[in-house]
Amino acid sequence: MSALLEVSGVSKSFDGFKAIDNLSFSIGEPELRAIIGPNGAGKTTFMDLVTGKTRPDSGTIRYGSASQDLTKMSEARIARAGIGRKFQKPTVFDDQTVTENLTMALKSPRSPFTVLMRRPSLVERAAEVADQVGLRGDMGRRAGTLSHGQKQWLEIGMLLAQEPRLLLVDEPAAGMTAAERERTTAMLVEAAKSRAVVVIEHDMEFVRRLKCRVSVLHEGRVLAEGSLDHVCADPRVIDVYLGRQEAVDA
Amino acid sequence: MTATATNMRVGANKAAAKPRALIMRTDVLVFLAFLALVTVGATVLAQAGLVSVSFVKLLGKTLCLCLAALAMDLVWGYTGILSLGHFAFFGIGGYAIGMWLMWDRTELIVMDTLLRAELPPTALEIEEAIGTQIFGVVGSSDIPWLWTFAGSLPLQLAFAVLVPGLIALVFGWLAFRSRVAGVYLSILTQAGTLALSLWLFQNDSGLRGNNGLSGLQNLPGLDDVPQSVVSLWFLWASAFALGLGYILAVWTVSGRFGSVLRGIRDDEARVRFLGYEVEHYKLAIFTGTAMACGIGGALYYPQAGIVNPTEIAPIASIYLAVWVAIGGRGRLYGAVIGAAVVSLLSSWFTGGGAPDIDLGFYVIKWTDWWLVLLGSSFVLVTLFAPKGLGGFVDLWTNRRSTRRDDLGPDQGSLRAEEETP
Ligand SMILES: Nc1ncnc2c1ncn2[C@@H]1O[C@H](COP(=O)(O)OP(=O)(O)O)[C@@H](O)[C@H]1O
Ligand SMILES: [Mg+2]
Repeated sequence: MSALLEVSGVSKSFDGFKAIDNLSFSIGEPELRAIIGPNGAGKTTFMDLVTGKTRPDSGTIRYGSASQDLTKMSEARIARAGIGRKFQKPTVFDDQTVTENLTMALKSPRSPFTVLMRRPSLVERAAEVADQVGLRGDMGRRAGTLSHGQKQWLEIGMLLAQEPRLLLVDEPAAGMTAAERERTTAMLVEAAKSRAVVVIEHDMEFVRRLKCRVSVLHEGRVLAEGSLDHVCADPRVIDVYLGRQEAVDA
Repeated sequence: MTATATNMRVGANKAAAKPRALIMRTDVLVFLAFLALVTVGATVLAQAGLVSVSFVKLLGKTLCLCLAALAMDLVWGYTGILSLGHFAFFGIGGYAIGMWLMWDRTELIVMDTLLRAELPPTALEIEEAIGTQIFGVVGSSDIPWLWTFAGSLPLQLAFAVLVPGLIALVFGWLAFRSRVAGVYLSILTQAGTLALSLWLFQNDSGLRGNNGLSGLQNLPGLDDVPQSVVSLWFLWASAFALGLGYILAVWTVSGRFGSVLRGIRDDEARVRFLGYEVEHYKLAIFTGTAMACGIGGALYYPQAGIVNPTEIAPIASIYLAVWVAIGGRGRLYGAVIGAAVVSLLSSWFTGGGAPDIDLGFYVIKWTDWWLVLLGSSFVLVTLFAPKGLGGFVDLWTNRRSTRRDDLGPDQGSLRAEEETP
């Protein structure tokens, strides 16, 4: 199986600080992968690099069957190529309804001219997605009035609506109640049945329930990779991540 | 729990509601009806001799300003680009049409005189005479290249739209491509506007320097038609342009295109990650609204009679933003209300219509104090009524509704913050 996303030897410094240090990473399709690592490990920066928000200093990022070079594409083009991203903070358009948020995300032509002139009704498709993320009854509500958890789902719904091949999800469970988490896990596992999904998460319990391969990021590079139990048993991981957390907890 | 259930039902109903044809929407109908009422009413009153020609012109001009405000609302209120240069496009439209008006009328006058001479005039003589007539005031008789097509009404009309469009396209492409946004973009648009007006102020700009173009109220060849009739023509044309502009604007901000625009205003990075080329959208809206402003100007200045570089000065574009802010940005009728109310009040106060207030120790002369009043209103509206005058329309239309989730464009996250644990 050839990889869907192939990150090789990527580095990125901010004012001399190496946020990503010769990182290599690859993921196939379909696959669910969790990325864990202490704060500041470079997890979000990794997503920035893949989605074109940040350009790497060196290294290559190849994607898809045609091995497109993502480092040379605009954010919008990367998104259209099939990479969806969920941000750490829920970022939905508060001023707009759930329907409008979903409609904007639905896979469809995106050039200004086409969007202005051709106006097919996308409500049915939006409703289908709303169903998947449990917002069917809230479609007419402004996103700003949704609860925190609902906003996260709306954002996941927007991602599904994009029909991406690769889904990057940054800390989806943050600030969620236990019930909301459970539902989110189910959504992600379901999504990963037909595409590649990368989940960044802090919460070990959450990662455990995803039952997937885990990559541990530390100081901008992959420290260990494997099942959660496998990486948790790795002394280096315990040292940099779990050890530190215990130290904080203590 | 009950509340949630109710909300769900409301949501489901809304989602199921079929979108009505745009032109049949209540707000559009109300707007068009009001516009028709004003236009027909003014016409009837003018015919009956109850209102003056200058009042009709004031109304017509106000409608043109409303069109510019609509454009400003699209670009700023909906897309979040605080352009402080859109009134320059308005002025350019005025110059474009003004050139034809001046040229054609001068040509008629010149021909009239020359034909009375013994020898038929040569083309060169005609041109020289026109040149002296128009540019004598800046000490020249050469015809600048800018005036090459001044004799052609269709071309000058096209320029009134295309020149603003082209300038906006080039300026926008450069600015948006390098991701200039926010305050920096506003400053850049002001700088561009300043440069344009300074250039126009020069005598050798070819556009008569600070004299500008004048006599624009006289339509060439129609000397027999009195201004009382011409003013009505322009009132109707302005009303038509504004009505059409409103429908187009409503159409633009509805549907997915409108969603994307508001998305760009609220979080442009997020829109990019949804796969939309934000720069292309900005460029489209920036250019389209510049062209609309050009049309507004082309209709305004024949009613004003004169266009000069002061019209294009940076402050004019700032006023445009103030009107939209006072009217309520992000709602189209708000922009129209703001432009109409503020510009009409402005002519009333500065035109000596408002009685001076004698405080005993000091007399408030509104011609001097109007700007202070306008400035303070702007501050007050910004602070206490961010939705502007248009917000009052909401109070009216929503007064029976118990939904209180409308927090306006900028405060949408307020409630989210409250609800975040
Ligand atoms: N745009 C940026 N400018 C400067 N420093 C940055 C930028 N983005 C990230 N960093 C730095 O890079 C490091 C990694 O950050 P991040 O990827 O957000 O970590 P994580 O998501 O794993 O907590 C942090 O030290 C952060 O301060
Ligand atoms: Mg992070």
